[in-house]
Amino acid sequence: MIISVENMTKKFRGSDGLTVHALDHVNLQIQQGEFVSLIGPSGCGKSTLLRVIADLIEPTEGRVLVNGKPAPQARKDRDYGFVFQSATLYDWRTVLQNVELPLEIMGFPRTMRQARAREMLRLVELGDFEGKYPYQLSGGMQQRVSIARALAFEPKILLMDEPFGALDEMTRERMNNELLNIWAKLGVTCIFVTHSIPEAVYLSTRVVVMSPRPGRIAEVIDVPLQQPRGTDTRDHDDYFHIQSRVRSALREGSGEAADSRRLREGIGG
Amino acid sequence: MPAQKTSQTTWTLITIASILVAVLLLWEGLKSFSRASEYALALPWGGTLDLSNFNNQQLPHLGDIFGAFLEPAQRNGPPLYVILFRASLFTLSEAVAGFVLGSLLGFVLAVIFTHSSLLQRGLLPYVIASQTIPILAIAPMVVVWMRQLDLTALAVPVIAAYLTFFPVTIYTLRGLTSVSPLQLELMQSYAATRLQILVKLRIPNALPQMFTALKISATASVVGAIIGELPSGIQDGLGGAILNFNQYYVQSPPRLWATIVAAALVGMLFFGAVVLAERLIVRWQVKA
Ligand SMILES: Nc1ncnc2c1ncn2[C@@H]1O[C@H](COP(=O)(O)OP(=O)(O)O)[C@@H](O)[C@H]1O
Ligand SMILES: [Mg+2]
Repeated sequence: MIISVENMTKKFRGSDGLTVHALDHVNLQIQQGEFVSLIGPSGCGKSTLLRVIADLIEPTEGRVLVNGKPAPQARKDRDYGFVFQSATLYDWRTVLQNVELPLEIMGFPRTMRQARAREMLRLVELGDFEGKYPYQLSGGMQQRVSIARALAFEPKILLMDEPFGALDEMTRERMNNELLNIWAKLGVTCIFVTHSIPEAVYLSTRVVVMSPRPGRIAEVIDVPLQQPRGTDTRDHDDYFHIQSRVRSALREGSGEAADSRRLREGIGG
Repeated sequence: MPAQKTSQTTWTLITIASILVAVLLLWEGLKSFSRASEYALALPWGGTLDLSNFNNQQLPHLGDIFGAFLEPAQRNGPPLYVILFRASLFTLSEAVAGFVLGSLLGFVLAVIFTHSSLLQRGLLPYVIASQTIPILAIAPMVVVWMRQLDLTALAVPVIAAYLTFFPVTIYTLRGLTSVSPLQLELMQSYAATRLQILVKLRIPNALPQMFTALKISATASVVGAIIGELPSGIQDGLGGAILNFNQYYVQSPPRLWATIVAAALVGMLFFGAVVLAERLIVRWQVKA
């Protein structure tokens, strides 16, 4: 087991002084080499879960272990590659220099850095763009650069927060296939946040359905579709069956929340 | 794209030249109009408008000002342009020294304020207060202190630095702290140190704003150097020249005007150098 989220609760103190209960007693185990998607309505704590796993924020209760060690240690050991919704490239760096950034910070020698960054750019099919600046690239290309950057130092875990959310449908499908290729080639463990049910099912070995207020895991759905995925996958009956299972889990998740709210209001009134 | 840039540059130059010609025409036009009306204009509603400000004593002919550059300032001395050239170089070197001192101080303060909000809250009010004290009040004291410290040569640069560090502090602080939270999280995900975040993220992010401050500082440092020369009794720079030609203004007004032209050229030269450095260094385009 590579990632273990144990009884984890996260509360934020909002600027208005009220406490936001973002995640409530979340338990999640993820195996080496899995591709896990997190899906759920806005505000159900997907980003928060990802950021707690990456040790970008601390949990209020509970803990996260990566290969048995606490998340802060895993971050120091550079186990995480993070891809955000926006590409977050540095305007002042060329494409190649952007991919080199983590390697620079981790103290790799220059020649190794460049070789490695070029290899990653070839992997995301941007080998010819290494000298360009971010503003010269399309949104999809920028996001590919940021994936190359996240992979450059060979992290064990790739965390992605709606990385393709801003892309059009065509580009998105192409990026999905590219991501699956990379995943298969590198054997990296992926956690992927998305709003799209088809995308979650197409990419994942497991889909984690979350429900809001407070953020909880409503259901975990296995996706036993054949690997590698491709056009065949999109035509497969199971592909649609699993999608409807995810859809009803989502509906139940938010329905449950509404029920309990009604219950609470009933008791209060 | 290059063709477009060329035509843009051409148009800029044409505009600058046209404005210069317009100012020159206005200058001489006002003078000849005032002379023709004998420096008094009868107003239609009664009374007269005094136009004596446009006489040759108050506002010399442009030809005389530029002629003054070529004439010796003293009997048997070198022509004025040689004197002003030497004075300009002297003042420019003081201004550059003050600019470097002030920019370094401003930069260091901004870095400190970025990393300690306590020091920022504690020190920033004094930094701001320092700018409300007129430089003319500070300059003589700085001269005395520097003399006591046996650092007389640093007096003028310190006065120039006093005028230049403030914009650098404020703009650099803004640039260093206006990094997006996601970019900071990215650095955290690499377990980057504070120093790495400063060097690889905050400083490059602040460069466009720093150059805005440096452009302000470049011209301010020339003003600071000229003002600093006055109480220090330094004769070799433009400040000394202004003081000197001011005394002999009645005999020869164009000399003071020529010195003003020289001071303006020094400031523009310095400003231009900073713009050039900016073009060379800030080559990227910031996302809107
Ligand atoms: N830094 C923060 N301060 C206060 N509240 C936060 C913060 N980050 C997230 N939240 C709140 O926590 C909840 C979960 O947010 P998030 O994890 O971003 O949801 P999702 O990514 O699923 O849309 C939301 O109600 C959000 O407003
Ligand atoms: Mg989110």
